[in-house]
Amino acid sequence: MYQIVNKRRLNESVTLLEVDAPLIAKKAQPGQFIIFRVDEQGERVPLTIADFDREKGTVTIIFQHVGRSTLMLSQLNVGDDIYDFVGPLGMPSHLEGIKKACVVGGGVGCAIAYPQAKALHQMGAQVDIIAGFRSKDIVILEEEMRAVCDNFYLTTDDGSYGEKGFVTDKLKSLLEAGNQYDVVIAIGPVIMMKFVCKTTEPYGIKTVVSLNPIMIDGTGMCGGCRVTVDKKVKFACVDGPEFDGHLVDFDELMARNSFYKEQEANHECRLLKGGELHG
Amino acid sequence: MAKPNMSLEKVKMPEQEPHIRNRNFDEVALGYTEEMAIEEAKRCLNCKHRPCVEGCPVNVKIPDFIALIAEGKFEEAYQCIRETNALPAVCGRVCPQETQCEKYCVRGKKGEPVGIGRLERFAADWHMKHVEETPKKPESNGHKVAIVGAGPAGLTCAGDLRQMGYDVTIFEAFHLAGGVLVYGIPEFRLPKAIVRKEIDSLKNMGVKVETNMVIGKVLSIDDLFAQGYEAVFIGSGAGLPSFMGIEGETLLGVYSANEYLTRINLMRAYDDAYDTPLIRHKKVAVVGGGNVAMDAARSAMRLGAEKVYIVYRRSMDELPARAEEVHHAKEEGIEFKLLTNPVRILGDEGKHVRAIECVEMELGEPDASGRRRPIPKEGSNFEIEVDAVIIAIGTSPNPLISRTTNGLETNKKGCLIADEKTMATTREGVFAGGDAVTGAATVILAMGAGKTAAKSIDEYIKNKNN
Ligand SMILES: Cc1cc2nc3c(=O)[nH]c(=O)nc-3n(C[C@H](O)[C@H](O)[C@H](O)COP(=O)(O)OP(=O)(O)OC[C@H]3O[C@@H](n4cnc5c(N)ncnc54)[C@H](O)[C@@H]3O)c2cc1C
Ligand SMILES: Cc1cc2nc3c(=O)[nH]c(=O)nc-3n(C[C@H](O)[C@H](O)[C@H](O)COP(=O)(O)OP(=O)(O)OC[C@H]3O[C@@H](n4cnc5c(N)ncnc54)[C@H](O)[C@@H]3O)c2cc1C
Ligand code: SF4
Ligand code: SF4
Ligand code: FES
Repeated sequence: MYQIVNKRRLNESVTLLEVDAPLIAKKAQPGQFIIFRVDEQGERVPLTIADFDREKGTVTIIFQHVGRSTLMLSQLNVGDDIYDFVGPLGMPSHLEGIKKACVVGGGVGCAIAYPQAKALHQMGAQVDIIAGFRSKDIVILEEEMRAVCDNFYLTTDDGSYGEKGFVTDKLKSLLEAGNQYDVVIAIGPVIMMKFVCKTTEPYGIKTVVSLNPIMIDGTGMCGGCRVTVDKKVKFACVDGPEFDGHLVDFDELMARNSFYKEQEANHECRLLKGGELHG
Repeated sequence: MAKPNMSLEKVKMPEQEPHIRNRNFDEVALGYTEEMAIEEAKRCLNCKHRPCVEGCPVNVKIPDFIALIAEGKFEEAYQCIRETNALPAVCGRVCPQETQCEKYCVRGKKGEPVGIGRLERFAADWHMKHVEETPKKPESNGHKVAIVGAGPAGLTCAGDLRQMGYDVTIFEAFHLAGGVLVYGIPEFRLPKAIVRKEIDSLKNMGVKVETNMVIGKVLSIDDLFAQGYEAVFIGSGAGLPSFMGIEGETLLGVYSANEYLTRINLMRAYDDAYDTPLIRHKKVAVVGGGNVAMDAARSAMRLGAEKVYIVYRRSMDELPARAEEVHHAKEEGIEFKLLTNPVRILGDEGKHVRAIECVEMELGEPDASGRRRPIPKEGSNFEIEVDAVIIAIGTSPNPLISRTTNGLETNKKGCLIADEKTMATTREGVFAGGDAVTGAATVILAMGAGKTAAKSIDEYIKNKNN
């Protein structure tokens, strides 16, 4: 079983869990993910490995409660077990050779971008972070991110904290000011990643995105996670989840991710109305 | 011996009515009663030259067990089958009998062959219902063996090795053991309770099953050796789905059969108590003609579809699925579009599937597989209106393990290379079998390979320690 050893609410809808999973902690690399199930009836849900501690044998996940599975996961406490926890899945990030990077995180995407910023920083690369949130009350991981970068920029859509505007506005001004990056790493809502890629394209800066299609097995056996990259079909769980953003068909990904919206909304209604989790 | 039953037909198998069963997931075939089984068993002539036995990949002692059924000795019949077949309840249901044991049955020359599969199933079900197993835990011989994958190949290999005294641990990627038996083959053909029972009895024998263990990711084959396992058997199957590479394959409503069946079988998406979502499509095209295609089509029907098509590019004679499944699918209202090949999938503004465009085919000269090659008829394109397309044109082995293991060689198709007689791979101490070696094949062949490997592993470890 995979016991929760630490839990922190980062904001109203984002939770951090540190989970006892020594084998996964031993192998995990930035960019990889796990799949969990909360109970016998649960669906298989992927979450990025936000951090890992090989000595303690723990893996940290940070997730937003968007539907039934993540909500139920967020209700577990220290000492509770997660029913299934499998990983590390996916390809590790390719960080070798990067000297100067701009890491762009949007909302809970900051949690996914953080381990990469941290790894780059530890490698001695120069790291700028742009972290974007809708408003002040949902800012997460500010201290942690500050600690692993050279320049930290925070934006909020409504201007309630940091600079007012989107991450793309900030990125654009940094690029216009002449900043040269080997790579821009953008992780957040699909729409944000799409526009980050649009922003960097004229500058010819390599832009890496982490895709979050709907997955089942995470090992390449269902093909449900297919994404189109450079006009070729890829399985995000084994070929990714990171890809060259300038080659990704984001519109297709957005459409595919909304496929089960109605059904998932029903699940949530049941959950919220009944107040009862499982019979 | 009593006079044989000379009826030209098998004793009819009781089944759920087609129009009822095509809306539920309960088992289609209900199984023989004792009387029916005895009557069918009496059709066997107990042939001296035993041609049926040769047709069975694990050489079940067919005339012997059937004679025991005819005498009403059902438990003895079961034990007789078990001598060579570890999963009779499964094989009796899913073996392609018409190309194996029953193909060679003398009675089949005039009329129907003896219902060997049905009798095998009967004996296994009778045993499960009437006999309480007393788990025997063989003493450990102190040697550890790791098995990768809990499908029929891995389970059989594990059982045989445990029987010989080895300390056996199965590492399974999914959260549930069983392989295709739990994620692929639907409940209405193979109730999951049967698979669970077989796995429980392995566990009772002392086989350890570690789920959520994707070998090649969380542990490598080298890690397993480092942990003290003296040999490794790889039975990781052929789980990588092929797509056709035609336009429209990423539209919403296009699935690999693996995804569709996994949602239904492993994740139980048709059951409201389970969380995994599933769309109940109205008109569904399934591309392919094997067991996988039949399972996907019949599942779609059970989920309430009005129209389900099998789109297959050759003719009825070449359909690779078990004869019984094709027969059942037809009875359940599945429409067969034969000599038809998809050329693209068409979507609406919302990127949802709206139709599949196909072309008619005709059969030309035989190709490498010996089957007549289908050739498109120019200008015969037409559309079938559907809201889902399920692609069941085949699978190949997943490269996760071969890519992370030094010295483990694969062929062009990605299948692990293994010696046919010993199942030894190109890496010392590593054995492999089942779909991982042959590509998508059958349950019984996978079990046979698991058995052979268990023997070789035993020899290997004994030799090494001498
Ligand atoms: C490789 C990978 C890594 C991920 N890492 C993280 C992470 O670190 N933190 C985090 O908060 N989330 C992460 N996600 C997204 C997370 O998996 C989804 O939010 C999760 O599936 C929601 O499950 P649920 O049952 O709570 O919600 P559901 O009830 O399943 O879904 C709620 C809503 O989200 C949509 N949805 C379902 N799955 C996805 C998906 N994969 N992407 C986008 N929308 C989806 C549904 O259509 C629905 O509208 C990751 C996804 C992938 C593929
Ligand atoms: C839908 C469908 C219907 C079928 N119908 C029939 C039928 O009627 N009759 C018949 O004889 N055959 C049928 N078959 C074929 C038959 O099921 C297979 O040939 C058989 O299951 C192969 O057994 P296996 O043990 O080699 O592999 P599998 O059953 O595929 O089992 C492999 C196991 O290994 C696990 N695994 C894979 N990779 C890893 C890894 N890296 N680490 C750990 N574990 C791993 C998998 O999760 C799986 O549990 C059907 C197949 C399908 C898909
Ligand atoms: S195991 Fe399969 S092939 Fe062999 S006798 Fe039984 S049904 Fe026939
Ligand atoms: S060939 Fe047919 S009739 Fe002869 S022993 Fe086998 S099952 Fe019986
Ligand atoms: S999640 Fe199934 S293939 Fe990627």
